[in-house]
Amino acid sequence: MSNGDPVIRIENLCKIYAGDFEALKDVSLDIMEGEIFALLGPNGAGKSTLINIVCGIVNKTSGRVLVNGYDNVEDFRQARTQIGLVPQELLTETFESVSSTTAFSRGLFGKSPDADHIEKVLRSLHLWDKRDNVILTLSGGMKRRVLIAKALAHEPKILFLDEPTAGVDVELRQDMWEIVRELRASGVTVILTTHYIEEAEQMADRIGVINHGEIILVEEKAKLMRELGKKQLFLELDDALEAIPETLLSYHLQFGASHSELIYDYDTRAEHTGITSLLGDLSLAGIRFHDVKTRQSSLEEIFVGLVKRQE
Amino acid sequence: MNWYGVRAIYRFEMARWGRTFGQSIVAPVISTSLYFVVFGAAIGSRITEVDGVSYGAFIVPGLIMLMLLTESISNASFGIYFPRYAGAIYELLSAPISSFEATIGYVGAAATKSIIIGLIILVTSNLFVDVTIMHPYWMIAFLFLTAITFSLFGFILGIWADNWEKLGVVPTLIVTPLTFLGGSFYSISMLPEFWQKVTLFNPVVYLISGFRWSFYENADVPVGLSLGITAGFLVACLVVIGWIFRTGYRLRA
Repeated sequence: MSNGDPVIRIENLCKIYAGDFEALKDVSLDIMEGEIFALLGPNGAGKSTLINIVCGIVNKTSGRVLVNGYDNVEDFRQARTQIGLVPQELLTETFESVSSTTAFSRGLFGKSPDADHIEKVLRSLHLWDKRDNVILTLSGGMKRRVLIAKALAHEPKILFLDEPTAGVDVELRQDMWEIVRELRASGVTVILTTHYIEEAEQMADRIGVINHGEIILVEEKAKLMRELGKKQLFLELDDALEAIPETLLSYHLQFGASHSELIYDYDTRAEHTGITSLLGDLSLAGIRFHDVKTRQSSLEEIFVGLVKRQE
Repeated sequence: MNWYGVRAIYRFEMARWGRTFGQSIVAPVISTSLYFVVFGAAIGSRITEVDGVSYGAFIVPGLIMLMLLTESISNASFGIYFPRYAGAIYELLSAPISSFEATIGYVGAAATKSIIIGLIILVTSNLFVDVTIMHPYWMIAFLFLTAITFSLFGFILGIWADNWEKLGVVPTLIVTPLTFLGGSFYSISMLPEFWQKVTLFNPVVYLISGFRWSFYENADVPVGLSLGITAGFLVACLVVIGWIFRTGYRLRA
């Protein structure tokens, strides 16, 4: 979790591309040291533009980005040295070997050659056996690992992962999550964008939601799910109902997959959830049930709800 | 200065060249040999001397310059174009390396490769004709200056080009013809007066003339002018590269 200090401070960042397309609108955001921050947003929301401006790949129109207090344009050396970037696409020199491209990345970021560190990185990503292989011959998952190795070669304090598990199989995705957790444990701040909301749900400490170039929400994941997530009570009835009895209308019950399943939405933060009285009223109405289960809405549902609400 | 970054780019580019080292060396040696067979043996038998130098020896500086220009441009343009094409340029743009340092790495590697090839052609030429170098230091100076200048030009070309066709069009349709028409294989004094004046608009004339002077003390134009025009082109390339990195032209959105 966060240690309290922002490692990245984004202030009033705007980006207008040629053709007057406004990709970022006055974005301000703090990323705290040591956290895993997930940036969620639909396609074209501005996630990659934001990351690319922080990393120096795209020019900003206005605003400011500070990396541990260093302006990423004025003090680009100090700022960029601290950042590693794993891009969304599998972009690398295809004819290089794994070890040479990783060593190249370390040198490019101004670090002296360190064979031990390169070995450590490659071993941690299960790439050591492939170190002499040409990248062209690797599978998509292995290529993604190579990109992570390149990003870690210069020992960054901050790691940006742009859609890190896009197009990788389930097993590899689990491996990636484990790698990210290990990085966080070693003190690296991780910022990831993802389409897999499950990924953010599994890993993130905080969630940011961006849409139409605006940050519409930044919240701790647990708090977000607690506050915006609704809980549902599912009742499996002994006998199907033709309609919901009038005495139960105040509960706004819905039928589930069939008329033998009732769904009740409730708020865990409310003083009274209404569950006790509902069960009592069901009994009075002569409705019997043989199974009860509850379900909390996923981050995906919260995300979709937020984006729809903004639109 | 991020010297580790400069070294990384330089070594990366040299390693790329090293993977096709045989081809890189054999091709210019064969080309040079063919030029000597065609121009030296066939045409040279009819033109015995030019400005007091045997025709075979006379064409050596022009041959070296021809290879130097094309190799400098192609190596430097490919070096920066390929990561743009493959998308790997993101790493250079996000690295703590200045435009000046990146240029040293890419252009330094491209110039090194073309200088090595230039020297190989010089050695190969010696197998066919006796080559005299009257001013070796000036020869080296012209060799380096031309290699660096045209590597800078190639670097600009590699950033400007947004497809493979554009990458090839300038060396093929502009530089090679200008080199052939710039006195590689003849002295411009051999041309009719009108064409001598037209030829002076060809910047390659000044490069070849200055380079040939360092070998035989024969020059079509004053040596100082050759040096000045080459240096002027170098400064112009530096200004353009500075502008490219400052504005992010074709690199940063």
